[in-house]
Amino acid sequence: MASSSSAATTANAAVARSAATRRRGGGPGVFGVLSHIALVVWTILIIGPVLWTFLASFKTNAQIFGDPLTLPTSYSFDSWARAWDKAHIGLYMWNTVFVVALSTAGTMLLGSMAAYVLARYEFPGNRIIYLIFVSGLAFPVFLALVPLFLVVRNLGLLGTHVGVILVYIAYSLPFTVFFLTAFFKSLPTSVAEAALIDGCSHTRTFFQIMVPMARPGLVSITIFNILGQWNQYLLPIVLLPGHVEDKWLITQGIANISVNAGYEADWPGLFAGLSITVVPMVIVYIIFQRQIQSGLTSGALK
Amino acid sequence: MRHGRYPFIIGFLAAPLILYVVFVISPYIQAFYIALTDWRGITATPEFAGFENFARLLDDEVFWAAVRHHIVLLVAMPLLTIAIALFFAYLLNLGGGSRSGRMTGVTGSTFYRVVFFFPQVLAVAIVGVLFQAIYRPDESGVINGVLARFGVEPIGWLTDPNLALWSIIAVMVWQAVGFYVVLFSAGMSAIPKDVFEAAALDGAGRFRMFFSITLPLLWDTLQVGWVYLGIAAFDGFALVQVLSVDRGGPDNATTVLPLEIWRNAFNFSKYGYASAMGVALFFMTITFAVLTLRVTRRERIEF
Repeated sequence: MASSSSAATTANAAVARSAATRRRGGGPGVFGVLSHIALVVWTILIIGPVLWTFLASFKTNAQIFGDPLTLPTSYSFDSWARAWDKAHIGLYMWNTVFVVALSTAGTMLLGSMAAYVLARYEFPGNRIIYLIFVSGLAFPVFLALVPLFLVVRNLGLLGTHVGVILVYIAYSLPFTVFFLTAFFKSLPTSVAEAALIDGCSHTRTFFQIMVPMARPGLVSITIFNILGQWNQYLLPIVLLPGHVEDKWLITQGIANISVNAGYEADWPGLFAGLSITVVPMVIVYIIFQRQIQSGLTSGALK
Repeated sequence: MRHGRYPFIIGFLAAPLILYVVFVISPYIQAFYIALTDWRGITATPEFAGFENFARLLDDEVFWAAVRHHIVLLVAMPLLTIAIALFFAYLLNLGGGSRSGRMTGVTGSTFYRVVFFFPQVLAVAIVGVLFQAIYRPDESGVINGVLARFGVEPIGWLTDPNLALWSIIAVMVWQAVGFYVVLFSAGMSAIPKDVFEAAALDGAGRFRMFFSITLPLLWDTLQVGWVYLGIAAFDGFALVQVLSVDRGGPDNATTVLPLEIWRNAFNFSKYGYASAMGVALFFMTITFAVLTLRVTRRERIEF
């Protein structure tokens, strides 16, 4: 009995060893081949549409409506210039850069201030204020849509960038506060205490000691907010309605030229506009892909 | 330590709290009240109407169509996304077998991970416009153009009411998979290597290893992914608004609640009715989140 079971174990180990050797040698099994095919197919599915759009920006209307699997015959940036100027993609880009720069800066400043106080200071109401901030994560923004529109309108901020910036900051706060409170709690307390004993004010302690210490967390959440706010579509179309077209942001601008491309029959212009927005994203993503990946998934991993 | 403590706390909390209460909390509270009024148009004075809006919702075919679509989305989208992402995450982290005692991914894992994640950084609205060209119903569409090479007749991806919602779900999956590949990869790399080693020594094959080791040890991450995707299934606004025919068409075949809320509020100025839909959406989301956390809760495996 004992010898047969030990024989079986030896046999198993031998099988495992041989399997390990086979894998170490990188010998492609059926599974290996199939899995590589799956990976390559998905890669094509991701790159294909983006590449096709880029190439379509160099085609003519006739080519775009012809066989989709042909290459453009000439490469000129006419359609890109048209999209940038005539379709105002350039303007929308700058508007978006302006809005997102200010709103992300505001979000990080206000969010880290609130998170720091909530994480490190005991005072009556601390827990309630924290819960009020975090409760924002449970509500779908669509519930607030009508009253939000009315609040912004009543403040005279409808159709202004200030309105959009303030709303972006407000709606980014729940996650920012939630994430950064946990982060500040995880930092050691001794450094800040030493600074306070040495006579450093609370405000100075925060900006000169705690913020540098919290840098990894701040970087992740900044990336998260930049991307989230850059890609917003719902809030711009509600807060920057049709009569302030010169204030529009990039996502609503693109959606609008996709509607107009049909009337004006400028399809290369549409694809050029798309490329103008997508190509910078590709470049930024390739450079910062590690930070972007960890920034976007940081929330889920908490 | 004491001097200037409260002024400091108040100084740091005042601005974020005021902004948050004005633009987030107060709208959420107002929404519940507006849902109980017959408010139409900016100038009209709202009258209290009790639950009239909710009664009307029950008879509204478009509302029910949207709810049905959310149910389809809620089942199909997370299931497809998680299945594909799990498969790829497994290949990219463990699929290469053990190499000098350590589990590795297949060759080129880093490249694949970078490519797969990319759609995540694109705005949903941009992705919607991108896929209009892919899905065009004649042979000039990219997919139909490819199919034409094989002699397949063009398919109305977005114009066929039976197909349109699935075409939109496919785009959601297309965009989401990379995020969950990265998320699950992080979870998989946290599993100690010796667990796999021990299993390999005991003769476990790839499938056995996946179902008996990786999956159970990844449960927490899967649960997080499921909740995220479920919440995303109650949205879908940008994609449906930009990509679908006639914004939610053909014939309401792809409409979702957020789109109906937006349409009722800003096209028809039916503020009361739109808010009632918002309240309905809120309760659906909350119910889903609570149910998921209850049902999927199980003993945590420490490792």
